Amino acid sequence: MSGLLLSVVPLETFEAPGVASFEHAAQPLFEGVPWLDKYMLQAIVSVVLILAFWLIMSRKNAMVPSKSQFIGETAYFFVRNSIARDMIGHDFRKYLPLLIALFSFVLVNNLWGVFPLTLMPTAAHVSWAYGLAGLVWVVYNGVGIAKHGPIGYLKHTVLPSGVPWFMWPLIIPLEFASNIIVRPMTLCLRLFANMFAGHLLVLVFVLGGEYLLLHSEPIVNKIAGGFSLLFSMAIFSLEIFVQCLQAFIFTVLTAVYISSAAAEEH
Amino acid sequence: MSAVIMEITGSLAIVGYGLGAIGPGIGVGLIFASVIQGTARQPEARGAMMGTAWIGFAVCEALAIIGIALAFVFSG
Repeated sequence: MSGLLLSVVPLETFEAPGVASFEHAAQPLFEGVPWLDKYMLQAIVSVVLILAFWLIMSRKNAMVPSKSQFIGETAYFFVRNSIARDMIGHDFRKYLPLLIALFSFVLVNNLWGVFPLTLMPTAAHVSWAYGLAGLVWVVYNGVGIAKHGPIGYLKHTVLPSGVPWFMWPLIIPLEFASNIIVRPMTLCLRLFANMFAGHLLVLVFVLGGEYLLLHSEPIVNKIAGGFSLLFSMAIFSLEIFVQCLQAFIFTVLTAVYISSAAAEEH
Repeated sequence: MSAVIMEITGSLAIVGYGLGAIGPGIGVGLIFASVIQGTARQPEARGAMMGTAWIGFAVCEALAIIGIALAFVFSG
C-alpha cells in the first residue's frame, strides 16, 4: 500500500510554487535601469491607460450619450453613487476625484494578473500596496485634522462619544491602535494578500497540472493533470471576480475611513 | 510494516494560519448574512447598513490578515 501511494504521487521531484515564484518580476527589465521592474512598468502603463480612458470618455459630452460616453458614465456613476455618495454622504464631491483615481488604479493593476501578456498583479509586490495604503492614511488623517484641528481630531479618533470615564483607559489605546495603526496595515495587507494568494493559486493549478501531465508516468496522473489545467481556467474566472471585488473594497474602505474621520459629533 | 509511508514537511505556521482563518470566516459570514436579512426586511435601509457592514467586515478580516502576516513571519 505504501509503495502504491508513493508511486502514484511522486511529490519528491515536484517544486511547489512559493514566494520564490514572485522574484523574477522584481528583477530590473533593462541593464542599468534598476528602478524599472515588471511591477513599475505595469503601473506606468496602467496610469497611461486610465488617463486615456477618462480623457476619451469625457471629451465629447452630449445630452444623448454616444456608446463610449455611456460606458464612461456607467463607470463614473458606479463609483459616484454606490461608493462615494452611500459611504460619505452629502459632502462627497470633494473626495470623488481621489476615489475614482484609486478605484481605476487598483482595478487596472489587479487585472494585470489575468491579462495574458503580464500575468502578475502589481499589488502582489507588497510595496505597491504599502504605497496605496500610506496615501489613504495621509488623506483620511489630513481630512480629520483639517476638520477638527489636531487636538480635536485626536480626541475624536481615540474616544467615541458616550463612553463612561472608567472605561477610558481601556477604550483609548484600543481605538488608537484600531484607527491609526491597524487600519492602514489591514488596507495594505488585504490587497496584497488577496493578489499574492490568487496568483499562487493559479500557479499551483497550472504548474501542478503541467507536472502531472508531462512529467509523471501513470495514466491516472495524466488525467488529473489535464483536469487541473482545465480547472485553472475556472480559477482565472474566480481571480477576475476577486480582483474587481478587492478594487471595490479598497475604495469603499477609503470612503468609510474618510467619512468617519470627517464625521460630526452626535 | 515499520516503514514511514509519507513524510510531511513544511511550515506549521501555515497550518496555524488555516486554523486562524476559521474565526474571521465565520464572522464575515455572520455580518453579510445579517445585511442580507436586513435588506430583505427593509430594502431602503440598505445604504446605511452597508456602511456599518464594511467597517465590521474590515475589523473582522483584520484578524485573518494579521494571521497571514504572522504566518509569513514565523514560517522562515
